[in-house]
Amino acid sequence: MPPLKVSYLKNVPPIQKELKLSSVRFLQILDEQGNCNEKIKPKISESTLREWYKLMVLTRKTDEKLFVLQRQGRISTFAQVKGQEASQIGSVGALQKEDWIVQAFRETAAMLMRGVPPKNIMAYYGGDGRGSVYPEGTNMLPIAIPVGSQIPHAVGIAWGMKLKKEKNVCLVYFGDGATSEGDFHEAMNFAGVFQLPCIFVCQNNQWAISVPRARQTASASIAQKAVAYGFEGIQVDGNDVFAVYAATQQAVQKARVGKGPTLIECYTYRLADHTTSDDAKRYRDEKEVAAWIKKDPLVRFKKYLEKKKIWNTKYEEAIQKEIEGIVERNVQEYENMGVPPVEYLFNHMYKEMPPALKEQLAYIKQFERKKE
Amino acid sequence: MANLNIVEALNLALKQEMKKDSKVLVLGEDVGVDGGVFRVTQGIIEEYGENRVIDTPLSELGIVGTSVGLAIYGFKPVAEIQFDGFIYPAFNQIINHVARMRYRSMGKYTCPLVIRAPYCGGIHALEHHSESMEALYAHIPGLKVVIPSNPYDAKGLLISAIRDPDPVLFLEPKRIYRAIKQEVPEKEYTVPIGKAKIVREGTDLTLIAWGAMVREVQAAADQVDLSCEVIDVRTLSPFDAETIIESVKKTGRAIIVHEAPRTCGFGAEISAQITEKMITQLKAPVLRVTGFDTIFPLYKLENDYLPNPERIIDAIKKVMMF
Repeated sequence: MPPLKVSYLKNVPPIQKELKLSSVRFLQILDEQGNCNEKIKPKISESTLREWYKLMVLTRKTDEKLFVLQRQGRISTFAQVKGQEASQIGSVGALQKEDWIVQAFRETAAMLMRGVPPKNIMAYYGGDGRGSVYPEGTNMLPIAIPVGSQIPHAVGIAWGMKLKKEKNVCLVYFGDGATSEGDFHEAMNFAGVFQLPCIFVCQNNQWAISVPRARQTASASIAQKAVAYGFEGIQVDGNDVFAVYAATQQAVQKARVGKGPTLIECYTYRLADHTTSDDAKRYRDEKEVAAWIKKDPLVRFKKYLEKKKIWNTKYEEAIQKEIEGIVERNVQEYENMGVPPVEYLFNHMYKEMPPALKEQLAYIKQFERKKE
Repeated sequence: MANLNIVEALNLALKQEMKKDSKVLVLGEDVGVDGGVFRVTQGIIEEYGENRVIDTPLSELGIVGTSVGLAIYGFKPVAEIQFDGFIYPAFNQIINHVARMRYRSMGKYTCPLVIRAPYCGGIHALEHHSESMEALYAHIPGLKVVIPSNPYDAKGLLISAIRDPDPVLFLEPKRIYRAIKQEVPEKEYTVPIGKAKIVREGTDLTLIAWGAMVREVQAAADQVDLSCEVIDVRTLSPFDAETIIESVKKTGRAIIVHEAPRTCGFGAEISAQITEKMITQLKAPVLRVTGFDTIFPLYKLENDYLPNPERIIDAIKKVMMF
């Protein structure tokens, strides 16, 4: 038999006499009072700071509007993002247009920042699949509901980027609960083995519905799980937009030059219920929530901008007015969408509709559509 | 034209499609250096290198889950699952993402990947290595399910699967991987997905099967003094009801043979479609010859489990009594 051209033996690591466990760093740049450690703060232009602040307000307003729409029965169950805005805006902020994002289901800030209009989010949670068709160039997969199952998709996309010899990266969001799923571990393992340009962003918001973070893992941090897969993990203050941005920027730079994946644990908090169907008062202490309200990423960022004389009440009023207008217009556009035609039940199952589906479509079209 | 078995025919199909389309990747456990435990991918890594033939970690969910991302990003992954009984960790990915990426993005993202897996019993295998769970997959909207029964179809169907714009689960009957040799053209050709094949024409009754059971049905047809029409379903989803209905209109009698468990097996679906569409033209009840509603046994009992010509002939006698 001729010698094989491919041998993996060169990759076998030598026996390590001493196992060195890399310690996981924790990064905070902007504290709760809006004090900034300027020495380590990445350079960010004033216009970018304004843009980020506006996005935070837009996210908060969209979130609040979605909540009202849900309570009025104009949309159904949805997951509020309140409290996690900095984790998303800081991380998307470090990406380029060509990079990809794979989301879970609490990524309203990331979606808005990427250019997905609020009406799409309203439509999706209002039971209309057309909400999942994002504008061209968004490079963002639709909302993924089954917890953790989207993580390997990001690894596959990052793998594709590497195989195409591109410099792009793929960033994936998931929560602390997802790190207990096999999907997380299998995806992390692939990313490590194949050294893929994938940025894993765990928004550790401390609660997976009613189960606290301590019940998900006995690890001291989620970030340290990266060590087991052979790459770097870092824990950051997830309510500090600068820390998230800095960590993501570093991870992105590393990934672009072929140095593989990074796990970023954004230590944050879910200020709202799990979804609009949940009542968090059943399982968590109001005092805990009150303590986290003081760490609100939006308030903290506002304090910083005020110190920098970028923010003042007049600026706030102008922004609020502008954003209220945007949100209201989106509600109108969402409500004007109406109900999708019955064909949408069958379209997009396959590229070509098979005979059985054609038959079923013809069957349902005989009946008058039921209005709710 | 070469005389090939199913393994060799599949190997040829993979090599030809990899040559034709640089986006086709082969990935799975032991598919590279080892050429796959059944040798279906033998020699491909030498030709196309380790960026296109990828020995993955032992991780079925990871293989299928990352293939979703690769497919979305423009590749054509042909993922191998080593054995039927080990596919289940990937089941969530198959049902929740592979099969619905097109639907849930309204056509913006698609997932045109192929998942190859050997299936069925009859080879004295270990536990969990003889599963026939094709009905589970045929029940998943958005997923195509293809099962060849001979080398010619194996090559043509695999090429079609790789070129298909939608995800295909390609189940390979491991019992006949090397049992049947056939003239297989060297040139590329396709066998259409969604089209059953009349293997033998007849007028007295219709025998319907797929995978390794086609051979058993043929053997039974050889042993009876009747004009049997034999249909190889080839694609469970999308299912070619028309070919079967046309045949049964002619014969008035139908028997479905599969080795999967009886209850909710795909035979039940075929039987329902026949009765829904042409009950007045039936001369006899539609019968099923199937595996049992048991766990697939360790191999000393597998001959008791598997449908064989004797059991098929017994059913033929029953339908001919009417």
